[in-house]
Amino acid sequence: MKFLVRRVGFLLAALWAAVTVNFFIPRLMPGNPAEAMMATFRGHVNPAALHALEVAFGINTKESLLSAYVQYLGNLLHGNFGISTSSFPDPVTTVIARGLPWSLGLVGLSTVLGFVIGTSLGALAAWRRGGWLDNVLPPVFVIISAFPYFWVGLLSIWLFALTLNWLPIIGAFNATAVPNWSWSFVHDVLMHAILPSFTILVTSIGGWILTMRNNMITVVAEDYVKMARAKGLRPRRILWQYAGRNALLPNLTGFAMSLGFVISGAILVEYVFNYPGVGFMLLQAVQSQDYPLMQALFLLITVAVLLAIFISDIATALLDPRTRGGK
Amino acid sequence: MTVLRQLGSVLANSWPFIRRDKKAMVGAFILFALLVISAFPSFFTPDDPAAEIYNPGMGLSWAHPLGTTSFGQDVFSQLMAGTRQSMMIAMVVGFFCTILSVVIGISAAYLGGLVDDALSLFTDVVLVIPTFPLIIVITAYLKSASFWLMVFVLVITGWSYGARQLRVQALSLRNRDYLLAARARGESAWYVIAVELIPPMTSLIVANFLGAALYAVLAESGLQFVGLGNINAESWGTMLYWAQNNEALTTGLPLWALAPGIAIALLGSALALLNYAFDEIANPALRPVGRRRRATVAS
Repeated sequence: MKFLVRRVGFLLAALWAAVTVNFFIPRLMPGNPAEAMMATFRGHVNPAALHALEVAFGINTKESLLSAYVQYLGNLLHGNFGISTSSFPDPVTTVIARGLPWSLGLVGLSTVLGFVIGTSLGALAAWRRGGWLDNVLPPVFVIISAFPYFWVGLLSIWLFALTLNWLPIIGAFNATAVPNWSWSFVHDVLMHAILPSFTILVTSIGGWILTMRNNMITVVAEDYVKMARAKGLRPRRILWQYAGRNALLPNLTGFAMSLGFVISGAILVEYVFNYPGVGFMLLQAVQSQDYPLMQALFLLITVAVLLAIFISDIATALLDPRTRGGK
Repeated sequence: MTVLRQLGSVLANSWPFIRRDKKAMVGAFILFALLVISAFPSFFTPDDPAAEIYNPGMGLSWAHPLGTTSFGQDVFSQLMAGTRQSMMIAMVVGFFCTILSVVIGISAAYLGGLVDDALSLFTDVVLVIPTFPLIIVITAYLKSASFWLMVFVLVITGWSYGARQLRVQALSLRNRDYLLAARARGESAWYVIAVELIPPMTSLIVANFLGAALYAVLAESGLQFVGLGNINAESWGTMLYWAQNNEALTTGLPLWALAPGIAIALLGSALALLNYAFDEIANPALRPVGRRRRATVAS
């Protein structure tokens, strides 16, 4: 219980920090660039919406910083993120709702897949210490994970889409298709997802392999693994049910910690592939100086990462009683 | 000064490890080569990298080993000239991140109590907020980020991982006998931290420097690539920006886009390989099995 309180407290502290950073960034910038954007709004939106935007970006407000801050927090709690300039007059939330499913599908699935595959490979590598997996995988993936995500994307476009003509270049589906649930459309979506998903997978998997291998090396040396061997249990059973399960726990925490990096890389992957998710949307919002959309997307991505971390913390605690106690 | 001398001696002691480690040697060699190029770029650039003086979109030739851009610039010259920016970003950001990590991580561990709680909370919060979206938001308001601004943004977002690792290791050292002895002798906190606590952690600190440098290279090239840095800079990320905006891949100039990426990947791999080697030095259990056995026999 104390653990749960602590984790919820941390979640709230991180959320508060993200929101506060979001509030202060435009105010700290020289010659508030949001001002130009506001000019386009005047006369087009109702006074209440205009005021909300002024509060969010610190323009024209005669009220104190504190009261603007409180109003801003209130607006967020009511889900009021303002109006998008690039898709005027849609509220930011509607615009985001269009991109969210694509990102959840692509980035979410690729991340989970990468974690599962990477963890298994890492466990196998450590299990056969000095075997070819152990000798080849770590250095190869240390190198690959140092590649820029977006460049791996460019490379795979050039190789698989342009040179070999195997797969479509960009987008989430054929530009002429109308989204529906027919098999041909779903097939089209899947074909378009292969390259970006492969890019995320290849660049993120190295981290999981390496940490799992390193945890596993420590765990395999434990007495209970020797005991299991002495009992004559089948190696496969020792690998997955004795050593693997315990080595997985720190990796789960690592998963939470690295998630931010993966999401960051995924933004650029979406950009390279013109994939209509929230990452691509974020960069488009930057280019069209759609500050309300940009700020809301930053918050959304942060909240998503924080929630994922929270869930993996709780999962770790459920699986491992040792983590529930102290630090 | 003592700290510097200690750092020197630890680096000297780790040299035999690096020399025996093929991966680390490859990393060290690439890093050295890039250092040389970035120190004397004009020696390696036959042409002015920005000059638009050739036929646009030429393929490979002796005069242009990597062809020309669709503006008629020499790709090879741009590649060589861009080395300096990435190296500078790597070293400078790595340096400042390491300083911050050491100060915050070790103060938290050494001072303990409320200070530790506050600093750890701060570190963890910075760690979990996804950095790249944050950097995008900050640079979006700035329109064009200068070198030092880029450094600043990358440092404030990049120190937390190292601080967390260093705190954990410092905590495990905190109550060792030799530290207690130093305190019992009445040494000042600064002395204990600088002379007794930091030296055994040096390989982890070096690993953190390399990790932060790698993060900086990747984040900087990503920002330049989407046009959030300075689009007139001589850097690999900027080359990729122009290549992407002129559809280098689809217009038959793949080298324009692929070459700078290979350069970034080379620098990144060099840092990652060295980082991996220093991890093995810090944690002997991770070393390859064969070598460890031989080392025991030798001793």
